[in-house]
Amino acid sequence: MKPILEAKNIWKIFGKGCKNCFSIDEEKNGNICKYCGSVIGCRNISFEVYKGEALGIVGESGSGKTTLLKILNFDIEPTLGELRVNIEKEDVFGSDLINFIFQKDINLFNLSPYEKRLVRNFLMGIVYQNPFLGLRMNVTAGGNIGERLIMADIKNIEKIRNRAKELFIKTEIPVERIDEYPAIFSGGMQQRVQIAKALSIKPIFLFLDEPTTGLDLSVQARVLDLIKNLQKEMQLTMIVVSHDLGIIKHLTTRSIVMKDGKIVEAGLTDQILEDPQHEFTQVLVNSSL
Amino acid sequence: MKFNFAFLDENTKKEIRRKILKAIAIPGHQIPFGSRELPIARGWGTGGIQITLSIIGKEDILKVIDQGSDDSVNAVNIKKFVEKVAGVKTTTDTKKATIIQTRHRIPEEKLRNDQILVFQVPLPEPLRIIEPSERETRRMHAEADYSSMWLYLYESIVKFKEITIGASYPVMVNKRYIMSPSPIPRWDIPKLNNAECLYLFGAGREKRIYAIPPWTTVEPIEFEDFKFRVEDFAGNVCHECGSKDTFLNEIIDEASGKRIWLCSDTSYCKKVKYGGEIEANT
Repeated sequence: MKPILEAKNIWKIFGKGCKNCFSIDEEKNGNICKYCGSVIGCRNISFEVYKGEALGIVGESGSGKTTLLKILNFDIEPTLGELRVNIEKEDVFGSDLINFIFQKDINLFNLSPYEKRLVRNFLMGIVYQNPFLGLRMNVTAGGNIGERLIMADIKNIEKIRNRAKELFIKTEIPVERIDEYPAIFSGGMQQRVQIAKALSIKPIFLFLDEPTTGLDLSVQARVLDLIKNLQKEMQLTMIVVSHDLGIIKHLTTRSIVMKDGKIVEAGLTDQILEDPQHEFTQVLVNSSL
Repeated sequence: MKFNFAFLDENTKKEIRRKILKAIAIPGHQIPFGSRELPIARGWGTGGIQITLSIIGKEDILKVIDQGSDDSVNAVNIKKFVEKVAGVKTTTDTKKATIIQTRHRIPEEKLRNDQILVFQVPLPEPLRIIEPSERETRRMHAEADYSSMWLYLYESIVKFKEITIGASYPVMVNKRYIMSPSPIPRWDIPKLNNAECLYLFGAGREKRIYAIPPWTTVEPIEFEDFKFRVEDFAGNVCHECGSKDTFLNEIIDEASGKRIWLCSDTSYCKKVKYGGEIEANT
């Protein structure tokens, strides 16, 4: 079986960069290049994700996990790297608009900004830790969902509102609050509006960046259950970034562990948590349990 | 005092003409230009005047209107200025003019293919209401990233059950660029679509020129189930000439203290009242 998403040799260097950046020894120097002072966010990262699977990315603060997710979501551009997808035409909503991704062997990082925007709109949904990043706070909750539908050329108020209501029921948001601003919603509800927005055009991939950090435990559990159920129902392929091993254990089947921008361990989530091999993973697992 | 013909020096006119040609080649796209100093303040129609002075020839006949009116202070003084520096004939008759400079209106009479309408534009950027950053709006134009414009309409419809943009209604030109048609009322928007004449837009303070060439599709942005509408005058007619199908201004009659409605296009109103050749713009 071919992987649905394939990331190869992703590098991200923050700063001006030099030729020595690519050969820095992370054991000695951490993630800073001693020649030019650039910070290395991602160091030669490769991984594969299969259809309907959930991949976890674990690591401590500053290890580059959010940077990696932002690269996958085209929020920032990688210094080097390849990203390929293998998707069936019939799975994609609005496949006429993004015909170009069905060409053979196309590196998504090489697309034009306009094409990247279409790919992001039709294939990807993202839930940020901070709802201010994912939502327009000066636009109503319904409008936030409508934005992506409008980009998909659905310029019909009734259709937009019906779809928004449908998603609100799915994500357990009271439907009568469709015309209120997300700024006045509670934290858990803002997160659920973000999920609804991410799912507005049946995406293939759902990226979660610390989706429940900052919520209290009972709300956390409800949001996690919701994500889990939606994943099963919609056959979503998920990438979950978190430092909380509990969330990773609950949501994902396979995980990668990152330190200083590098993958130090990869494998089944249960295996990593039960029998961590790398020193850093052992510390991480120990400190949480 | 001696001036070069049409006040501006030849190099300036050449630059502005080149920018106009570029604007015509890319309908609806804003072209930056080096807006020159003029003996009137920026924001008083300097963009329109620079275009008029650059394209005017000795045989041209100029008409200047301000909100449809030929005899407002701004219109009269611009007309006097061009008369003085270029020595061209001026008129108040839309039919006779070859170049019409306008602020906030399109004449009611249908324009021909040998006429040019020059707009004075205060704010050329249609996306400014949703995005304050110039860098960002340029990116949005380049990538045709216009979904937030429809989102703005959606919000307005949800909140007020109608589209609240009165003047300067954003239009899609040639199915590519969203353009601000300068603050003309919604009434005039349909006249932009597939017009016979050339429309030129000049923003002096913002230093932009853009254009709609003849026979170009210009569509107001709208939703499938919530269409664009022109102003509704609730069956009122012009107090002076009795026209029903013109853009009307509501004013208080000083003599009687009552509300009356008057044609905004004064030259059209006089023509209808005193008789003359009329072909209505549709």
